[in-house]
Amino acid sequence: MKQVFSIPESLAPRLTHYCPGCTHGIIHRLIAEAVDELGVRERTIGIAPVGCSVLAYDYFQFDMQQAAHGRAPAVATGIKRVLPDAVVFTYQGDGDLASIGTAEIVHAAMRSEKITVVFVNNAIYGMTGGQMAPTTLVNQKTTTSPYGRRESHAGKPIRVSEMLATIPGAAYIARVALNSPANVGRAKRAIKKAFEVQLAGLGFAMVECLSTCPTNWGMAPHEAMKWLEANMIPYFPLGEFRTAEGVASNG
Amino acid sequence: MAERKLFKGNEAVAEAAVRAGCRFFFGYPITPQNEIPEYMSRRLPEVGGVFLQAESEVAAINMVYGAAGAGARVMTSSSSPGISLKQEGLSYIAGAELPCLVVNMVRGGPGLGGIQPAQSDYFQAVKGGGHGDYHLIVFGPASVQEMVDLVMGSFDIAEKYRTPVMILGDGIIGQMMEPVEFPEPLPGPFPKGDWVTDGARGRAPRVINSLSLHADKLFERNLRIAARFEEAKKNEVRVETIACEDADVVLVAYGTTARICKSVVDRARAEGIRAGLVRPISLSPFPEKTIFDLAARKPVFLAVEMSQGQMVEDVRLSVNGRADVRFYGTSGGVIPSASAILDKVRELARSEVRA
Repeated sequence: MKQVFSIPESLAPRLTHYCPGCTHGIIHRLIAEAVDELGVRERTIGIAPVGCSVLAYDYFQFDMQQAAHGRAPAVATGIKRVLPDAVVFTYQGDGDLASIGTAEIVHAAMRSEKITVVFVNNAIYGMTGGQMAPTTLVNQKTTTSPYGRRESHAGKPIRVSEMLATIPGAAYIARVALNSPANVGRAKRAIKKAFEVQLAGLGFAMVECLSTCPTNWGMAPHEAMKWLEANMIPYFPLGEFRTAEGVASNG
Repeated sequence: MAERKLFKGNEAVAEAAVRAGCRFFFGYPITPQNEIPEYMSRRLPEVGGVFLQAESEVAAINMVYGAAGAGARVMTSSSSPGISLKQEGLSYIAGAELPCLVVNMVRGGPGLGGIQPAQSDYFQAVKGGGHGDYHLIVFGPASVQEMVDLVMGSFDIAEKYRTPVMILGDGIIGQMMEPVEFPEPLPGPFPKGDWVTDGARGRAPRVINSLSLHADKLFERNLRIAARFEEAKKNEVRVETIACEDADVVLVAYGTTARICKSVVDRARAEGIRAGLVRPISLSPFPEKTIFDLAARKPVFLAVEMSQGQMVEDVRLSVNGRADVRFYGTSGGVIPSASAILDKVRELARSEVRA
C-alpha cells in the first residue's frame, strides 16, 4: 500500500499537551514539514519560548534551546553568530514577542539577523490563564480586561507584522491564519519561505500565525475558529507585508 | 621572556580574554568599562571572532546564553546598573548550566548611582544575584596583571563547573594603567561539551533548558549545581595573606581596597602595631578556612570595603564566633584613605576588644 501521509521526521511521535482546538500542534507540524522538505533537520536549532509552547522542545527532533520570556531573538542571535551555517528559528507567542520582547524582536529585524521567527498570535495570554495581551482586540474580555479591552485605557492592539515591515532589515514578513484548510496551506508555504529566506542569507524573516485559544476565550474549538475569522482577521489582515529583493512573492 | 607592556585594566581584560580563546563578545556600553567593548570591537575581527553591540544589557546576556549553548567561548562586560539588568539572563545561564565570562567593573549605587569605583555589588555577585539557587564563581583581582591571569583561567573554570565566572573589578582597576605581561594564547580548539546544541548531526537531539516542571527534577538539578560549587570550594579558593602570623589586627580586603590596606599594614608595622592582611582573590568560593584558622589566635578582624558592609558578613561567618569582627567602609564612589584605615587599626590595637 502506498503511504500518503506520515509524521515528519522532525516531529517527535508523541502526544502534545496542548488544549483541544489550539493550533500550536498544527504550527509545530508545519515547521517540521518545512524543515524536512528543506533537508536541514540536522543543522536546525530552535528556540523554545515561554508560555503554552514552552515545552516545544519535547515535540521536535532537532536541537533546541529554551529562552527567557521575550529573549528568544537575542538567544537566536547568539547561536547564529557562532554557527552561521545553522538554521535557527524562534517560536514565540504574543506575550513573548509583542510585549516583553518587543525590543529584542525589533532589533533582531533591524540587524537583519538571519533567523526565522514563527510568531503565534492568539490575542490572549494562554499559559498564565487568559490575561490581556498587547494583541487583545478592543472590547475583548480577558481576566485582566474583565469589562473588555478599552482603547482609552489600554490602547489598540499592536500590529506586529505591519510594524516590522517598516524595518529595512526585515527580508520577509507575512501574516497567516490557521482557521481553514486553505489557510493552513498558505501558512505552510509562508513558513517554508521564511526558512528559505534564511537559507539564502537574505535576512530576518517572520511569519505571524493567527491562532486560537478555545480554553481562555471560553469557546468550543469550532466557535473559536469562527471567532478568529470574524474578529481577528479584519483587524490583523492576512498577507505578505514585506518581500525584500530576492524573495519571491507567494502571489 | 614575554614582553611587558603598559596596559589599561579594561583593555587588558579584553586582550586576556582573546588570548584565552574568547571569540564572541556581546555587550552594551556603560561607564566605567567601555574600553572593554571598544577593544573587543577592534580586536575580535582580527582573530575571526564576532563583536556585537546589543540593544540592551538584557539582550546582550541572552546572546551570551545562545552563544554559550552553541559551544563558544563567550563573554560580556558591564558595570553595576548594567549587571542588574543581566541578572535575569545570568540566572537562566546558571540554570541551564552554561559556561561564560562576565566582567563587572563596579561603580557606586544603588540606582544610577555614580561612575566612581565601588565594591557595593559584592552581595549581588557572590550570593547569586538573579533568582533561584545558584552561586557564581567570582574573582576580585587587585592588579591589572592579576586580572589578566584570572581571565586566562576563567573559561576553563567556567567550562569545568558549567557556570558563569565573574571578574568583580571596580572603576579603578578598570581605568588604571600598569605594566603587564600577557601569557601566550591558549592553544585551541577547546573541547565542546556533550550538551552543546550545534545541530543534531548523526546524534540524538539535545535541549538546553532551565525549566523543570517537576519539583523533584528541579531539586535534582539544583543539587547537581550545588555539588559543582562544593567541588569549586575544594579547588578554586584563592587567597593572599600578608603578615598575619602574629597579627593582633587582621585586615580583610579585596581588589582596590586591598592595595590600600597593604600600605596600611606597612605603616602600622612601622609604628610597632602588629597588623596583617587577608586578601580574598576568590570571593566566591570565599576563603573561609584561611580566616577560620587565623581566628584561633583571636586577633581582631577589620573588614575594609568600598561598601556599607557586605563582604564583612562572609568574614563574620568564616570567623564563626571565634574572634571579634569590625568593619570600616566608604560608599557611593568614595575611596577609603590609608590614614583613615590606619586610625581605625590604631584604635583596635589599643582597645581590649580581643575575645
